[in-house]
Amino acid sequence: MSETRMITWDANQATAHVAYRTNEVIAIYPITPASPMGEHADAWSARNHPNLWGDVPQVVEMQSEGGAAGAVHGALQAGALTTTFTASQGLLLMIPNLYKIAGELTSGVIHVAARTIATHALSIFGDHSDVMAARQTGMAMLASGSVQEAHDFALIAQAATLEARVPFIHFFDGFRTSHEVSKTVMLSDEQMRAMIDLDLVEAHRQRALNPERPFIRGTAQNPDVFFQSREAINPFYDRAPDVVQKTMDRFAELTGRRYRLFDYVGHPEAETVLVLMGSGAETAHETVDWLVGQGRKVGVIKVRLYRPFSLEHLVAALPATARNVVVLDRTKEPGAGGEPLYLDVLAALTEAHGAGRLDRMPRVLGGRYGLSSKEFTPAMIRGVFDNAEAEAPKNHFTVGIIDDVTHRSLDWDEDLDIEPPDVKRAIFYGLGSDGTVGANKNTIKIIGEETDFHAQGYFVYDSKKSGAITVSHLRFGPRPIRSAYLVRRAQFVACHQWVFLEKIDVLEAAEEGGTFLLNSIYGPDEVWDHLPREVQEGILRKKLRFYVIDAYRVARDAGMGGRINTIMQTCYFAISGVLPRDQAIAQIKQAIRKTYGAKGEDLVEMNFKAVDSALAHLHEVAVPDRITASWTRPPVVSDEAPDFVQKVTATIMARQGDRLPVSAFPPDGTWPAGTTRWEKRSIAQEIPIWDPDLCIQCNKCALVCPHAAIRVKTYDEAELAEAPEGWQHMPGKADLKGLAFTVQVSPDDCTGCTQCARVCPAKDKSNPRHKALDMAPLVDHRERENTNWAFFEKLAWKTPEKLRTNAKHSQLREPLFEFSGACAGCGETPYIKLLTQLFGDRLLIANATGCSSIYGGNLPTTPYTVNADGRGPAWSNSLFEDNAEFGFGFRLAVDQVTATARRLLRELAGELGGSLVGAILDAPQETDADIAAQRERVALLVKRLGGIDRPEAGQLARIADYLVRKSVWLVGGDGWAYDIGYGGLDHVLASDRDINILVMDTQVYSNTGGQASKATPRAAVAKFAAAGKPVSKKDLGMLAMAYGTAYVAQVAFGAKDTHTVQALAEAEAHRGPSLIVAYSHCIAHGYDLAHGIEQQKRAVDSGFWPLYRFRPGATPQLQLDSRPPRIPLRDFAYQEARFGMLRRADKDRADKLLALAEEDVARRFEMYQYLARHGADENK
Amino acid sequence: MDLTTTFMGLELANPIVPGASPLTDDVDNCRRLEDAGAAAIVMRSLFMEQVLREQQELASFAAHEESFAEATSFVAEPTDFALGPDEYLEKVRAIKEAVDVPVIASLNGTHGGRWTRYAKLMEQAGADGIELNLYHLPLDGSEDPVSVEQRYRDVVTEVKKQVDLPVAVKLTFFHSSPVHMARKMDEAGADGLVLFNRLYLPDIDIEELDVQPRLHLSTSGTLRLRLLWVAACFGRIEADMAVTGGIHTATDAIKAIMAGASTCQMASALLQNGPDHVATVLRDIRAWMEEHEYESVRQMCGSMSLERSPEPEAYERANYLRVLHAW
Repeated sequence: MSETRMITWDANQATAHVAYRTNEVIAIYPITPASPMGEHADAWSARNHPNLWGDVPQVVEMQSEGGAAGAVHGALQAGALTTTFTASQGLLLMIPNLYKIAGELTSGVIHVAARTIATHALSIFGDHSDVMAARQTGMAMLASGSVQEAHDFALIAQAATLEARVPFIHFFDGFRTSHEVSKTVMLSDEQMRAMIDLDLVEAHRQRALNPERPFIRGTAQNPDVFFQSREAINPFYDRAPDVVQKTMDRFAELTGRRYRLFDYVGHPEAETVLVLMGSGAETAHETVDWLVGQGRKVGVIKVRLYRPFSLEHLVAALPATARNVVVLDRTKEPGAGGEPLYLDVLAALTEAHGAGRLDRMPRVLGGRYGLSSKEFTPAMIRGVFDNAEAEAPKNHFTVGIIDDVTHRSLDWDEDLDIEPPDVKRAIFYGLGSDGTVGANKNTIKIIGEETDFHAQGYFVYDSKKSGAITVSHLRFGPRPIRSAYLVRRAQFVACHQWVFLEKIDVLEAAEEGGTFLLNSIYGPDEVWDHLPREVQEGILRKKLRFYVIDAYRVARDAGMGGRINTIMQTCYFAISGVLPRDQAIAQIKQAIRKTYGAKGEDLVEMNFKAVDSALAHLHEVAVPDRITASWTRPPVVSDEAPDFVQKVTATIMARQGDRLPVSAFPPDGTWPAGTTRWEKRSIAQEIPIWDPDLCIQCNKCALVCPHAAIRVKTYDEAELAEAPEGWQHMPGKADLKGLAFTVQVSPDDCTGCTQCARVCPAKDKSNPRHKALDMAPLVDHRERENTNWAFFEKLAWKTPEKLRTNAKHSQLREPLFEFSGACAGCGETPYIKLLTQLFGDRLLIANATGCSSIYGGNLPTTPYTVNADGRGPAWSNSLFEDNAEFGFGFRLAVDQVTATARRLLRELAGELGGSLVGAILDAPQETDADIAAQRERVALLVKRLGGIDRPEAGQLARIADYLVRKSVWLVGGDGWAYDIGYGGLDHVLASDRDINILVMDTQVYSNTGGQASKATPRAAVAKFAAAGKPVSKKDLGMLAMAYGTAYVAQVAFGAKDTHTVQALAEAEAHRGPSLIVAYSHCIAHGYDLAHGIEQQKRAVDSGFWPLYRFRPGATPQLQLDSRPPRIPLRDFAYQEARFGMLRRADKDRADKLLALAEEDVARRFEMYQYLARHGADENK
Repeated sequence: MDLTTTFMGLELANPIVPGASPLTDDVDNCRRLEDAGAAAIVMRSLFMEQVLREQQELASFAAHEESFAEATSFVAEPTDFALGPDEYLEKVRAIKEAVDVPVIASLNGTHGGRWTRYAKLMEQAGADGIELNLYHLPLDGSEDPVSVEQRYRDVVTEVKKQVDLPVAVKLTFFHSSPVHMARKMDEAGADGLVLFNRLYLPDIDIEELDVQPRLHLSTSGTLRLRLLWVAACFGRIEADMAVTGGIHTATDAIKAIMAGASTCQMASALLQNGPDHVATVLRDIRAWMEEHEYESVRQMCGSMSLERSPEPEAYERANYLRVLHAW
């Protein structure tokens, strides 16, 4: 046995390590939570890391998981050792190929971070619904329950597939295992080599397609032979379980870690045995050990090899004493007789009993747990055992939720805590931007790799992309940690942000006698009186030791801005005593050097300084013996919120969603619109403050605001009588004369991105530092501006028909998309907001999965809202790949119902009056005024229909709104439009339907972390293009123009806002398909998005992003709306780290690629110019 | 004829040295400069604040890391990421390899801490000398002149302690007593003084109400200020002096040398006319010296300094009075 090396990492990395070392070709595509496996592989390949045999594997990104599976199939057939990584919907897209790969007995492994399949809602979290949907494909399935197992099983699967010839899905639980950082024993290259039999690799090659020894594989077969051929694979499946066990045995000899197909743990004479797989089995293992210690005769079977399902091995693992077998599935199959593992176990035991191989047939129960990473705790497991041993147990139960509708859920004891005191548990509340998670990962590494302790870390993120709260759960202990659930009792709780005290119960999990560390601007002598009552109570009741540090001050003094990570980390080590203080400090510094060493010695020094001064600023608070608080935590939402928001949404916002019962929820995924307005997040440090003396009423501030947090309104001066004190206004200028005008910010909804203030052109002539909008501290203005905002909201929006279609007037319309969770400074949301301002009250949106579906539809609150008439965008997200088709379906349905309404209208013409009917049928519906007039006609129609006593009248009244033209938009990012959904998008563009497409082009897969798409520009670095993208960006607009019938525009609101407004309006007016490709700056570009608008201007000025409109039939058809390149491409590109990084990593390659990119720009512009001229001639 | 001279203890073939500018950032240009006769190369400055800012900007991407479940980071990090002074140091090595004349690395910064480390790295990369560009604008008025001078002194002392290379100091003329300042630098161990930095003087955009930092190229007229203070310093300090700012022609160079400079740094004229302009200036110097029967540059050096000039009062206040009354 070679020397043992311990490493702390997560299952994604632990798995990718083995997959990379043992394969030659890797086809990848990003999908949460599996993306990091592909990212690691791509990064290693870019660095020329070899596999076990000295070759650098090819890592290739495909256009979809379906594409990746096809490439895997092809590469396997052509003889390469090939793998891929995926999850959820991605695995579903691979299914057709999985049948093929398995049907042809092809040796190969795919690794799956098992994730929920989207049903009534999308969920990125973990359960087995995806892998269970692939159980019928013929793939063998091996389940890991921990990071160590994921590492080990990746190798066992790879070794076994070569011998068994059955391909494998190796899976582990998404997030719970894929993202859990854990101390593991690392496999050495020697061990991996010893496991992979080169003769079998050679045999795999010999089976490959090769014209030197040709054969045909993949024939079409007929009724006479297909069935028999299909049965010919049986011996391989019959043999596979033994092959896997043999492989596991060989692995045990090499590593000392022994696994069985079904591993039994528990009392040797157990009466009740649990059967399950994945991380839940680890928690069950831990719980069973404890229960056996309590004298209970219980056990658990951990299912490793789920397919082929081996009856013999299962029966052999089950103690003969078992009376009750409870099978837990982490999936749901509505309408089935039971979930799949339950049915498999039941069938196996029944068969075994019938065949005399099992003396006593136990009672077999099935239940569901853990959907979408729902917590699965020892208390729940004890509840499962208690149920099984009851006289009349529930079958087909659920555990972990309260089902008050069909009453299937089991009870459990919330207070049960089985974790021993020698396991150190800590919880840290941080902001995404403060580096808390990164520091905690470091802490785990330090403790895991520098001490004999086992270490585990799991991190919970919220659903917002700006101002996100992170909660880190850390455990350290003398034994391997099997607790695959959140820390429920922590001896140490740290709150890294004072503001959390107002919002969440940070002491909920603090254990009595534990320690509480707070980042506070108040020192040890004054902090107590500033705490809310709940926190004081918590500290006193739980007898906590209480420490404070002013971490922001320490960070500032060290020159580190807002990064308090290393400071808080130092405090943790200093207080917790996990390591001797000096050793801890030395390790923290070593970690700092590792993190920042490559990025700059100065940063290292700053961090060192911060670490050193952290200790000097850490103080224990002498806790008084009584409560002195003058305030309590405010309610989560205002009492004006609707009932549903108060009862359901607010509970989720307070992080108590786990407590909501089934009855609280709509059964079909339908949720009320416009709930972000109730979630007042107050995440800005500074907000814009308006000076009417300077304002020129250009309204650019409102246009660029990604969160609709700053708005403009015109209103009658008479309304000023009701205005609060301090209300600001000015007379309307130019075409707004005669009205009052106000710019107003909602302080609690602003994210402080500064774009409004930066774009503001109105400077004070004698003090140009002061503009019509200046950023100012939230605390100084919050109260007054909140009062003003409340009044502003009451002022009516001017009706759109009086407004023109330009940038300025667009902002006098009500945004029906507000306060989303998008990043501060997001470059996408201004387009969506504008869309809702222009057409929001008759808008249907089909939204591709991605950033826009997450900030558009992620609970607890959603941003699409309604106007005073109750109208607003109707929004839905189906999938990533199908959005064009999904939205196309909207159009078909709308057209169909509209046709029915028109037919009924004609049929009722006699009763309704011909002139009204004619006016409705012939209404132009081009302009806002047309639409308003049609709405009035339809209102009149509905009134008249009320007086007609015919069934058709009622029928028409119910669908009369369809007589007002609805605007159907397909919205999504470049990953959808350029890659995975391009086939559908192309089909829609080739149609003659009135459908509009808005592609918010960030040039990467933003939501999954910035992986390259076909929209990624040449010379930019992106994940999956770690060495810089070598080929040029796909010209989607040009492809669409080729049809000649689609309206196409390329826009950039930051460069030319009126052009964007014009293009959206023209696209909507065009009665065929329209495509808008919209430049969207993104954090993945690697610069401070406060400069997003300037950068958009550079994108256009450099010719990187030409603005144009292609109007079928117009003269000229192609109108170039931006000038030829005025600045060199590098002046745009090198403002962004995605380009700059390559220059620093590999200057020669960067220079070469940028020169090519410059040629791309020049050539494309010349081509557009040619087409613009040529098109003009042609139309003459 | 002997054009050789000494600067910061380095023996140079002639007094014409291309000063720090974008021109000397390119290896090919450095080769061309050497071919045209340049006696040494002063590299483009490494701006310490820029290095720090880049580091901070890159670190600021971390603000988006580990805050969202679907993506724990957003920007791919390529391998062997070179940040900080690495790129510059690589350039030092490349230029050293390309040319035979001495290569002087230039370090521009405002305050302490990192000076010595960077200077050391430049030494390790093979530089023959270091020019410290002490660029500090005490704009808020809170700092008294003594502490400004002390700060500069400390930097020079510290750097000299750390490196074995000759160190030159490039000064601005914003000192209340420039000669005194020069002497302080001399005492602190500076091997050379470069007079003066021309600064990035900002301009005002009257349309946008913006301040825009712009570097305008010098003219021969820029030279006058240098002549005065070089002439005043000559003989009062041990360090060699270089004039930078306003050297466009052989006449300019000769004036600078006569005032007391042992070398003349050229930047604007080379940016305008290209590297070959060095050859033109050298040819003209040679011609002028021949015509006026000078044997060597050393013979000329300081001949018109305050100390040796036949009319020292002309450098002083009298000069001012005389100009005023000249009409």
